[in-house]
Amino acid sequence: MTDTTDLDIVDRVPAVGAEDTEELLTINMGPHHPATHGVLRVMVTLDGEVVKDAKPVMGYLHTGIEKTAEDKSYWKVIPVVERMDYLAYYFNALAFIGAVETLLDLDVPPRAQYLRVIHLELNRIMSHLVWIGTAMLDLGAISMFWYGFRERETILDLFEYSSGQRMHTRYFQVGGVIEDIPTGWAAKVKKFCQEMPRRADQYAAILEKNEILLRRLRDTGVVSEARMLELGVTGPLLRAAGNPWDLRKAQPYSSYDHFDFKIPIGTVGDNYDRFRVRHAELYESVKIIEQALDGLPEGPYITEDRKIALPPRHELATSMEALIHHFKLVTEGFRVPPGEIYYPIEGPRGELGCFVRSDGSSKPARVHMRDPSFTNLQMFPDMVRDGYIADFIAAIAMLDPIVGGIDR
Amino acid sequence: MPDAPGLELLAQDLRRSDAEAVVDTVYFRDRATLVVNPARVRSVLAALRDKGFRSLMSVHGVDYWPEEPRLGVHYELLDMREVDRITVKARVPTDAPALPSVTPDWPTADFHEREVYDLFGVVFEGHPDLRRILMPEDYEGHPQRRDFPVGGEPVHFTYNEYETPRYWE
Repeated sequence: MTDTTDLDIVDRVPAVGAEDTEELLTINMGPHHPATHGVLRVMVTLDGEVVKDAKPVMGYLHTGIEKTAEDKSYWKVIPVVERMDYLAYYFNALAFIGAVETLLDLDVPPRAQYLRVIHLELNRIMSHLVWIGTAMLDLGAISMFWYGFRERETILDLFEYSSGQRMHTRYFQVGGVIEDIPTGWAAKVKKFCQEMPRRADQYAAILEKNEILLRRLRDTGVVSEARMLELGVTGPLLRAAGNPWDLRKAQPYSSYDHFDFKIPIGTVGDNYDRFRVRHAELYESVKIIEQALDGLPEGPYITEDRKIALPPRHELATSMEALIHHFKLVTEGFRVPPGEIYYPIEGPRGELGCFVRSDGSSKPARVHMRDPSFTNLQMFPDMVRDGYIADFIAAIAMLDPIVGGIDR
Repeated sequence: MPDAPGLELLAQDLRRSDAEAVVDTVYFRDRATLVVNPARVRSVLAALRDKGFRSLMSVHGVDYWPEEPRLGVHYELLDMREVDRITVKARVPTDAPALPSVTPDWPTADFHEREVYDLFGVVFEGHPDLRRILMPEDYEGHPQRRDFPVGGEPVHFTYNEYETPRYWE
């Protein structure tokens, strides 16, 4: 019989572990890893299971949208920029349109502003639902994905009802919205608003008491508020660290100052706070939609300025002037006075700013999106450093980057 | 936003410490812009930080073709306490497109400056890791410049390839 003492390595394990940590391993996560939410590549330096450094590498989804936009008249840029951050299309459109409206010094009718707010907040809920579904999927909670996407479908149906498209709706136009909401739409949104808080309660019931989830979220990926401010991080990530910075309150646009809502904030800035802040924002967005629907003003849904907005269809048959306006707008587009504007709004992921430079022609000379995903991604190495590789996945999920917005 | 007189006072203040720092001020649609000397970008931004503009929200490039100097870099500063914004703008020519990097002072500028370098070819001196960020590493040219043609990329793997082989050459 052989001597088994040599096989018993238990007392030698710490030594073996220490030897392993001598060597750093650099591997690629992505660009096609399912947990990277798009084609994001991360070069990770590992010390065993521990992440020592992470470097995001992007550009795999770069489609040159900013360059394309320079070649189109202003109203044709809207559908192009909508495709940047593909979960926040109403926000992309509003950032661009807001910049153009400021350049034009154009007043938007109150009804259009309210309709914009309703759609923006529906979009915010939709974006957070995709986030809650996919993020929990990354953490192993598969059923949450189906619940999140069920409510998301309802919202997409509402978008289809009001604009004819589920995504990239081109509903917002310079001066207002493309058409008034159809009959029965408001009632459907009301019904959704009654349903949504209950659904959000159910999400909390599934997730809040889940031991695995709590252990994976609590005290992981902590980044201090000061560091986030240095890195220019905004949105729910910053709010989770206790800074109540929200452009809807701080610099209200599109009559956000008419509504009563709260800004959920966290305390520590760990992944659990990020989850709670986004979850709480679902309720606040519902509140805004309900108030906007109740107070929806009567009046035009797009500016009456015929040099900017298309004339109503029925006028084309009777009015020569309307026909000329229509022809000029469709062929050349409207001209915008020369100038430069940076127009920031609060997107679902943080400050979404659009910079537009006009040279006086009917095409923008420069369109640039300051996409929150792009800037927030700089925080990623800080979130994962000295954590486990499993927390790396949780960190990507809680960061909520949209690669379409990062690469544009 | 600082109003028009506020912007002039701010410019005056900056000129007092460095006479050549501010080249021009622009006040347009209630938004204030300081046009600064490219060599002084870092010091101007540091001075503005002391005045409360503690967040740099965005850095982006613009090509002013056919105006000279052609390239412009914009810095969007934000004061979260006073809820105030100001834009700082510097212009550089294409034959010497160099600016001091502000990344050592503002870590958020890292990706933004890389993007401006990638798409416009502005070299940020002192940037810790100035590489292309959106375009491939071996890419030639700076596609966001106005003289870079749209459609300058060959389209590979299309039916054209059979009819006219290597048509893009």
